[in-house]
Amino acid sequence: MNLILFTFIVLLGFTSYYFGRRKAYTIQSTKKRLTALPQFYGYYLAIWCAIPAFIIFSLWAIFEPTIVKLLILSDYSNQGYLDDELNLLYEKSKALSRGQFTGEITPFIEASAEKYLSLRSIAQSSKVVIVLSAIIASVAYAYKRISSNSRTREPVEKFLNAVLFTASLAAILTTVGIVFSLIFQTIDFFKVIPLFDFVFGTHWYPAKAFVRDSSEALDPTMYSDTFGAVPIFAGTFFIAFIAMCVAIPIGLMSGIYLAEYASTKVRQYAKPLIEILAGIPTVVYGFFAALTVGPFLKELGTSMGLEVSAESALAAGGVMGIMIIPFISSLSDDVITSVPQSLRDGSYAMGATKSETIKRVIFPAALPGIVGSILLGVSRAIGETMIVVMASGLAANLTLNPLESTSTITAQIVVILIGDQAFGDPKTQAAFALGMSLFLVTLCLNIVALRVVKKYREKYE
Amino acid sequence: MNKNKEQLLNKRYKAEQRFRLYGLSAIFMALLFLTIFIFKIFSTGYSAFQKTWLIVPVTFDAELMMLDQNPSKEDLQDADYYDIALKSMADLDPNANEDQENELKRMVSYFFEKEIKNELLNDPNLIGKTKEVYLTASDDLDQVFKGNYPRDLPEDQRRVSDYQLKIFDQLVANGKVESKFNISFFTNADSREAELAGIASSFMGSIFSILVCLMIAFPVAVLAAIYLEEFAPKNRFTDFIEVNINNLAAVPSIVFGLLGLGVLLAIFQLPRSTPLVGGITLSLMTLPTIIIAARASLKAVPPSIREAALAMGASRMQTTMHHTVPLSMPGTLSGTIIGLAQALGETAPLILIGMVAFVNTIPGSPMDPAASLPVQIYIWAESAERGFVEKVSACIMVLLGFLIIMNLFAQIIRHKFEKKWS
Repeated sequence: MNLILFTFIVLLGFTSYYFGRRKAYTIQSTKKRLTALPQFYGYYLAIWCAIPAFIIFSLWAIFEPTIVKLLILSDYSNQGYLDDELNLLYEKSKALSRGQFTGEITPFIEASAEKYLSLRSIAQSSKVVIVLSAIIASVAYAYKRISSNSRTREPVEKFLNAVLFTASLAAILTTVGIVFSLIFQTIDFFKVIPLFDFVFGTHWYPAKAFVRDSSEALDPTMYSDTFGAVPIFAGTFFIAFIAMCVAIPIGLMSGIYLAEYASTKVRQYAKPLIEILAGIPTVVYGFFAALTVGPFLKELGTSMGLEVSAESALAAGGVMGIMIIPFISSLSDDVITSVPQSLRDGSYAMGATKSETIKRVIFPAALPGIVGSILLGVSRAIGETMIVVMASGLAANLTLNPLESTSTITAQIVVILIGDQAFGDPKTQAAFALGMSLFLVTLCLNIVALRVVKKYREKYE
Repeated sequence: MNKNKEQLLNKRYKAEQRFRLYGLSAIFMALLFLTIFIFKIFSTGYSAFQKTWLIVPVTFDAELMMLDQNPSKEDLQDADYYDIALKSMADLDPNANEDQENELKRMVSYFFEKEIKNELLNDPNLIGKTKEVYLTASDDLDQVFKGNYPRDLPEDQRRVSDYQLKIFDQLVANGKVESKFNISFFTNADSREAELAGIASSFMGSIFSILVCLMIAFPVAVLAAIYLEEFAPKNRFTDFIEVNINNLAAVPSIVFGLLGLGVLLAIFQLPRSTPLVGGITLSLMTLPTIIIAARASLKAVPPSIREAALAMGASRMQTTMHHTVPLSMPGTLSGTIIGLAQALGETAPLILIGMVAFVNTIPGSPMDPAASLPVQIYIWAESAERGFVEKVSACIMVLLGFLIIMNLFAQIIRHKFEKKWS
């Protein structure tokens, strides 16, 4: 229904464009000068068609459900029902009217379902009538207003500019959405669990929180020693540290080689090949770590008489390091290439070899940019999810032994939120609190890294 | 003194060579990882494109199927195939006792009844006759035939019994086991049975999510990029937008999953586990990538183009829409495709919005529950059955194939259509 209406409105838009242009041509034929190209007259009318349609559609989308609900529940509101019961009744009649209701059908629900259907159809048809009449009225008004000396280009361009501006707000809206979705759950979480326990507690055992009768009131003492995030934070940074131990030497050295030593031919092939590593989906790395690297390390450890967990932090961290190599290598490659040639020439002129030039002149000059690229790599390692979920353990151990299994923030979020969630449960809220801390940590890393890289770029441009 | 100098110089040259070698070996290591990786995936995955069939003689006994004389099409549809299916499996070993008959039945997939039914529906004249029918082997026998199953394990640690292996070896010796291209891997939805599981549902889920993502992210990102690059005044507010975009590009993907869960599912009440929600979540994630690419390619259009258009009396909007934007399109499009390829490989946010649910139907619209290819990899990788390991690798191969095609496509657009300004 809505689709047909929508197509119809689009058609109306095209028609009004056509009429607007035709009017411009008629004006032109009377030897009067137009103030804009004839298309603008068409666009002008089309916009007059689109705006009322958009406004009415959004008004309906916002208010229709609430008004229908109010009208239905007004029948029962003075019969002593509680709010929750009324809501349930409303949901039941809605389900019944869609034919998806499986419970016992009381005449009560049946009546309100019928009423729901009739109200919906009234709302639908009134929407059609109002939208169409509003469009016709506004287009007719605009059509009459067009004359030889009316301005059409300026309003059309202003409108387009407004559309462009709105689109650019999407990035801000997304950030607001992220903060919004995290903050309420996080606040609720810290109402039950003191912030101090979360940040300094050393026992993470959210499964305990699940064993709870939902009808009972929340008992904060029950959760003491359940949501201490220290092992999670420690595990996250530990695995990220292992990853960077793999990624920094290999990534940095290949970046230096590509920038300073490699012939154009080697560069042409090696660079995109290394960057393939960045394009492989992380779930594939996770599978690789869990199926190949984990068991391999375990066997290797057993043959050397070491006890290695099949889900060791080393396997997850090592594979994650491989994933991060290309980020560091291409960023440091870029940074090193942008060091001005005069610095190199100066060093060569003093008799330094290439490696001495790189170590003593180029590297110090490029250091801020390299640090920035490493920070971006760290932020990626901390936020990486699938490798850890698949290859590292899910129980939070507080350990610094890379052969044991540990867990990370991201892995815990997935473990808690996979399957059905009950909002309002401290366990679910804990996941959002973890998400909030992840967001804040990576945000700080990113801001610092981007600022460092930007400062560095400005220095040499 | 002179000798000392020479020694020092030699030392310095050696250090130079060592340093060069470090760099070379670093690149070598990175490429080695890549090779091992691809080799591992291909060597475990290629066998999943083959499927093992047992060729079993089936007697279409009208009495056992409860069919009258001259049955109509509907009768054939409703007939009872279970008994003849059981009987034909039991007939493989005439001396089998009841337990062994059960084991014989488990040599093929539980789908065998339907395979026999389809055979008869294709050719109704078979009633009363015997025909050799291809039946899907159980996933364990499939693995045995492909040589992936350790036969020397003690019997109680295997899912295939000695008796099943004996019958199976007889069938192999008689040439009654055949391996054919595994079409059902591409046409079936997910299944708990490894031999029947396919990628059709997750493939459609991926396609729908990517389409939703494209339809939202592309227009919004291009419009935003046009505004920021061509119209935005340089002030605090646009700086703020810019900082936002750069940060969003580096926010971990799982945070977008939390956004989808907390806003799209909890507040807007959109249907769970659907490609619609997945696509919206992914579109928020790809938005910054596309904006950055589109801005870069708008920036690459030389100012002379704009100046020429302005000099001819075009307004700023006309200049942008008629000249700058069309000229920047190749770069924007290839950036969009690369962003979509990233979105296609994304797993974590989709898991949070419930696209990990077990779906054994092929979704017909973005509003139906579905998985996606990477999520399917995750689901199969988590299941214990041996038959799923090769499926995971095969699914990875399909996914990587798509990513390669998309990236090639982006490259082609960039090289073919992008104007080189010099």
